[in-house]
Amino acid sequence: MRGEFALPARDWRRRWHNRAATTVLSILAVMAIAPLFFIFVYLFIRGAAGLSWSFFTELPQPVGETGGGVANAITGSAILLALASAGGIPLGIAAGMKLAERDRGLTSRLLRTVVDLMTSVPSIIVGLFAYAFLVVPLGGYSAWAGGVALAVIMLPIVARATEEILNLVPDHVREAGLALGLPRWKVTLMIILPGVRAGLTTGVLLAGARVTGETAPLLFTAFSNQFGFRGLDQPIASLPVQIFTLASNPDEISRQMAWTAALSLVFLVFIVNVITRLLLRRK
Amino acid sequence: MYLQEKHTGRGTPPPPGSGSSFADGGDEPVSPLSNTTSTLRSDSSRGDQIYRWVLRGISWSIIALFVGLVFLLVKMSWEAWSQYGFGFVFLNQWNPPLEEFGAAPFLVGTLITSLLAVLLAAPIGIGTALFLKEIAPTRIAAVLAFLVELLAAIPSVVYGLWGIFVLAPLMREDVQPFLANWFGPETLFAYGLGHLLTGFAYPIVLIGSQFGWSEVSLSILSENMQRFSHALMDGPPMGLGLLTASLVLSIMIIPTITALSREVLATVPDSIREAALGLGATRWEMMKLALLKTGRAGLVGAVLLGVGRAMGETMAVTMVIGNRNEIPTSFMNPAQTMASVLANEYGEASGLHLSSLAAVGLTLLMVSLIVNLLARGIIRYLEKQA
Repeated sequence: MRGEFALPARDWRRRWHNRAATTVLSILAVMAIAPLFFIFVYLFIRGAAGLSWSFFTELPQPVGETGGGVANAITGSAILLALASAGGIPLGIAAGMKLAERDRGLTSRLLRTVVDLMTSVPSIIVGLFAYAFLVVPLGGYSAWAGGVALAVIMLPIVARATEEILNLVPDHVREAGLALGLPRWKVTLMIILPGVRAGLTTGVLLAGARVTGETAPLLFTAFSNQFGFRGLDQPIASLPVQIFTLASNPDEISRQMAWTAALSLVFLVFIVNVITRLLLRRK
Repeated sequence: MYLQEKHTGRGTPPPPGSGSSFADGGDEPVSPLSNTTSTLRSDSSRGDQIYRWVLRGISWSIIALFVGLVFLLVKMSWEAWSQYGFGFVFLNQWNPPLEEFGAAPFLVGTLITSLLAVLLAAPIGIGTALFLKEIAPTRIAAVLAFLVELLAAIPSVVYGLWGIFVLAPLMREDVQPFLANWFGPETLFAYGLGHLLTGFAYPIVLIGSQFGWSEVSLSILSENMQRFSHALMDGPPMGLGLLTASLVLSIMIIPTITALSREVLATVPDSIREAALGLGATRWEMMKLALLKTGRAGLVGAVLLGVGRAMGETMAVTMVIGNRNEIPTSFMNPAQTMASVLANEYGEASGLHLSSLAAVGLTLLMVSLIVNLLARGIIRYLEKQA
């Protein structure tokens, strides 16, 4: 076995320890991956049974009736994601740009701390914030509140990703731009940012995927509805919340729909992850 | 990097030899010659000024956003704090119809589920990181690492769904009856544990009685310890409860711990590994000496970040923990965490109930911020040393 360089025969104890450790570590690795297979196989078997075209195009039926789909949740998730992106991506990128300047001014230091703290705020707490910030003043659940909650979750992820990518840009690129007599803002916006487009896209896509799967912050902000889109100031359905509601219903039809919706959601998230992986590899 | 602090004065030339300060942000260094092209310069610096102010403005609005988040939570929970004081956190009562509130049942639920989850996940996560770095061939390691990352990408509501419909029945039919059989009340394990705990606790009580604690007789102490250990696995096997929630949580934080442990192990310089191997260590001895020992602080940080993630996790836990607002006495019991009580009750609450829930939320926020800051501090300290 590898990792035993010509151990003398009397060192059977060390040899044995080494082999035992190798075996145990391999078993631990299998234990880490195994749930992925259990979950994925189950999701596929249970979820695929309910796949049909109408599942994606129809509105949900009342509890207990067959047929119906989750079209409301899919459009809802797309709208919430758009709202979250509209807020989270520009603010996140700007914050990342500020952090990447790596100066030690008060603003930068505070911003760094705040971005650190924001990544560790539990997502349900962000929901509480959006509730107090928008649901209470507006007098009801709304797509706005859900979008703001998701944007707050997205922001630090995008900021971190942007900072990491900008730090990879070699200084001479910036210096070359400045040497041409370009002002700093033009160098940043027109040379550096376009140069790291692929990396930025990756970061933003991953943040989007993460946010699409969030349920907790939407429970008492966007809430849910059964009718599809009725305006941004109205409650709006989303795929994760729909899965939660369906899973809580006692009937078999709802459960079936929950599995199929979960399969669609996981499929979506995995696709994004694989695409970003390929994008990164091409670089 | 921080040279620019020294020459923020507009128009002063940069100190000689600081050519690379072009790249460092801050004010644009202006050469004495630029007076001749004053129009061009003022144009560009005006653009830069706007750019800088925009970034600064956005930065401050993000800072304000976070301060606002904390402020709003404090404001919402004010009623509860003024009613109960800070003792609210340790009050063991939660009865919305009677308007009695306290966070203790949820604090205990969160602590037990997170600790149990991390006890399971830490060895698996760190072991997997070691396996990926030292044992698996590079190609296989890359694929496995990607699979672990995918596990982290699964939304928590899907874990919850799987937990309810796959894991919970399995726990109910097989695992919990087994546990009750071997570790439940009236088993050898329970008696043994009871005696063991009595043995540990009695000297403490004896010493305590010298310092003014109320005296406890051995028989009463033993009785309490026995009651505790017999209750550990007591209760009907329901499938939903503390144990199931902890299991789901541990699956969810394994990817976090694995990824962070890999980063920590990667910071250990190869020279240390090679030194160990060069001295004739086997691979396992090298891992112990070079990797685990050198990376100790970082691994603790990784595990702590896993704890932080587990404490804030909401949906999966809400779906499998069984939702009972009392301090659990058995691992079979349904319970409630700080996050799950918010998910369950916040939508329908009002008045003092709502305010108390916000207070639970603020407690959760503070606990997770502390755990995360601690973990990050440890990791950053280690990085500085490396």
